[in-house]
Formats: sequence, structure tokens, C-alpha cells
Amino acid sequence: MTTHEFTLDDLRRILLEGAGADEGVDLEGDILDVQFEALGYESLALLETGSRIEREYAIVLDEDLLTDADTPRALITAVNEHLLAAPRAA
Amino acid sequence: MTTSVVVTGLGITAPTGLGTRDYWAATRAGKNGIGRVTRFDASSYPATLAGEVPGFAAEELLPSRMLPQTDRMTRLALVAAQWALDDAGVDPKELAEYDMGVVTASSSGGFEFGQNELQKLWSQGSQYVSAYQSFAWFYAVNSGQISISNGLKGPSGVIVSDEAGGLDALAQGRRLIRKGTRMIVSGGVDASICPWGWVAQLAAKRLTTSDEPARAFLPFDAEASGYVPGEGGAILIMESAESAHERGARVYGEVCGYGATFDAAPGSGREPGLRKAIEFALDDAGVRPEDVDVVFADAAGVPELDRVEAQALAEVFGERGVPVTAPKTMTGRLYSGAAPLDVATALLAIEEGLIPPTVNSRPADEYGIDLVTEHPRTADVRTALVAARGYGGFNSAVVVRAAD
Repeated sequence: MTTHEFTLDDLRRILLEGAGADEGVDLEGDILDVQFEALGYESLALLETGSRIEREYAIVLDEDLLTDADTPRALITAVNEHLLAAPRAA
Repeated sequence: MTTSVVVTGLGITAPTGLGTRDYWAATRAGKNGIGRVTRFDASSYPATLAGEVPGFAAEELLPSRMLPQTDRMTRLALVAAQWALDDAGVDPKELAEYDMGVVTASSSGGFEFGQNELQKLWSQGSQYVSAYQSFAWFYAVNSGQISISNGLKGPSGVIVSDEAGGLDALAQGRRLIRKGTRMIVSGGVDASICPWGWVAQLAAKRLTTSDEPARAFLPFDAEASGYVPGEGGAILIMESAESAHERGARVYGEVCGYGATFDAAPGSGREPGLRKAIEFALDDAGVRPEDVDVVFADAAGVPELDRVEAQALAEVFGERGVPVTAPKTMTGRLYSGAAPLDVATALLAIEEGLIPPTVNSRPADEYGIDLVTEHPRTADVRTALVAARGYGGFNSAVVVRAAD
């Protein structure tokens, strides 16, 4: 079901599957520039999220990327850069 | 004068009931919670019965953030801890940061979670293993998650000594309170009814292979053939009597005595340590054997171990010298959860003046114990002793008594 672009909806789905959602946080809201920490996701949740993105999109993300990309926008941009750089084998 | 440590909150998740009220109603009535294993297909294993906690809807009781990172035992423990805090009327947010710690017992760790992740490792590869495997299987995870969820930063830890650990954890909680921590969340919850947990237990050769729920776990019965494993346990809120008094808390009773011993190596010919553990607990409590109104037995359901326990009880209390009960005949043995549940049950017995029954067992005369069977027994219960043994030689005993 993967497409070549990684969207905010994809990220929302993967976050929910891999780590759930904090009470009091509306993932459906405008979260693009909210820090993951403020959304209730600690480093392990991001590690799990990164690993799910890697599996689903058949890419390998740098470990630094997951610590550097501290908002959904930063992570989505970085993932899309990877997808463009290394088109997935069909 | 040492600080008196009391129990002011109970949270119970047991095969016979979720929540103290349901559990006690079932327990005083002698309801059986043992049945065929449903959590996995056990039909090809020698043991096929378990005490499972029915109807536990974790997704309704816990935040969704907790679900991907917790084993069943941790989910049960988190809910039990919440119920215990509610019962004690404690909101940790209103306490100073370091006023409350967590000391639970563990026997297996998160086996079901661990098994799932290991299966993914073998069958799909390392990138499929959950990041939460890093801690979700771990012995200390229940203490950790209870601590994190509730913001409890006081001294914390885990005790691993199989079933005895449930009492050892309460003793450690009492120690920490005596050293100045205001409150401790203690107790234990285990749940490893999954193939990995099952084979680990089978290896000890103490599980019954009976497939009749009413004739399977029969401690002190001539037909005892091993025990039925179960899941669940109890979380207790402990605090100094002074703290309880200050906040006007309801007090279930005092944890007034504790003793623990370790058995000599098998074949040494030396007496097993259970009797000594019981005597140490009575001495520590300053209670004479004749003051004990009921004993909650370890009740192994393994003939040699039943004999050891019956002998220890006869030596301390005299033959048929004290009412003995084993409500765990309704739930199976809950590993680290068993003894905290027995302590909770003892406190409820004190409250109601009723000794809950041992079900299914018909005590053999040779044991010389006054086992409370079939029906609960009305009694003025002021002081109760709980015994617990852990695989590998652990013996522990705790004395609880009514609050004055």
C-alpha cells in the first residue's frame, strides 16, 4: 500500500500503530510543527516509529535523523528525501 | 520504637474477580476460577488448565500510549495500581515528588510480549522487533511503568524470588517506609500464560496434568498432583500509620511481621526453612502462635511440599492448632501475585470476620491441619499469617493484624 510520498497521514497512522497517542493530544490537529516530545513521544517511541517507516518503505534511515527530526514536518521531509534519493524497487 | 506500616489501598486483578468487591464476593463464596487455557492452544501440552483473568479490557482501562509497550502482566499491574491508589484516596500529584516509591515482585517478566518479539526476530528479522522489547519483558517493568505513569520518584525496585517475592516486596516496602519514605506501592502481578511461560513452568515438574478443574489443584489432599498456574495478583498501598492517620485514611491493617529463610541444598538432610520463616515473622510481629487467627497457606499442591508446610504449621501452632485456608485453590498459583493477593484477602477476612474457604481439596488426615474447606468460616479474625514459598528454596511469611 505504499506510495512514493510519505505524508502526515502516513505518519499519524504509524505513530498510532507503533506507540499509541497521548491523552489530551489531538493527532488530527495541526501538529506539523509541534515537537514530538510535546506530542507525548519519547525517544523509544520515535525509534519504533522510525523502524516501522523503514520496514514499510524499504528504506534505511540514519540513526541521527530520528534524533534530529524533532517535529513531524522535519521527519516527513527527511523521509521523503530518502524516498526520492533511493526509489524503492517495485 | 519502629514505625508501624499499614495498608490503606487494595487493587486486585484475579481470575475470580476484577476489583476488590468482585474478588471478595467470589472468594467468600468459593467460586472456581480455574478452567481450560484459552490464551493459547494448550491442547498439545501436558498441562491444560489455568486460572485466567476473564474480561480484562486493557484498551478501555489504559491510555493507548501504554498498549504497544506493555505485556499483559504490566497492563494488569497498572490497572491494579490505579485501583489501589483510588482506594487509598491518594492522588500522587498532590504528594511531594519523592514521597512515594514502587516495589513490586516479579517472577517471569513479560513473557508473552517477549515471545511475540522473539518470534518476529526469527521469522521476519531484527527490524521487526518492537523497540519496546528493550524493557517490556523485564522483571522491573511493572515497578517502572507504575512509577512513570504516576510520577512516583521515591525509592523503587523489584524483588525476584518466585512466589515468596510477593511477601519479600511488601517487606522491602515496609523497610523503605521505616527509613522515611511516606508511601510505597507494592505487591505483585504476573501473567505468563503463553507457550514460553508454559514450558518454563512445565520444566519445574510441579504443574498438574489433570484436566478436571475441580480435581486439579488439591493442596493437602491425598490426590494432590501439582498445581494449576494462574495470572493476576494484587497491588497494595503501604504507608506509615502516622501518614494514614494524618490524612484520615481508611486502614485495612498493619503489616506487623516478616520473616524469610532459604532452604539448604537438596539432599543436605537439613530441615526446610519454612518453619523458621514463620517463627521469624511471628517474633518480628511480637505475636504468639496462639494469637494467630488464620494461616493463608502457601499450598503448593505437591505432596512433598504440602507435607513440609503441614509439618511446619503443626510445629509452630500445634496439630490442628490454627485454621488454615488456601483461597488460591480458586485461582491457581499466581507466582509473584499470589502472596500479595493472599495478604489482601487476609485483610478482607479481618474486615469481614470471615475466613474464605479452600475449594476442591479434601485434606488428608496425615497432614493434621484444620483446613477451612467448602464454606467460609465466621471468625473474629484479628491476626493472620501468610506463607509463601518460591521455587529454588525461598520461604517467606508475613503477619498482618487489624488496625487498632
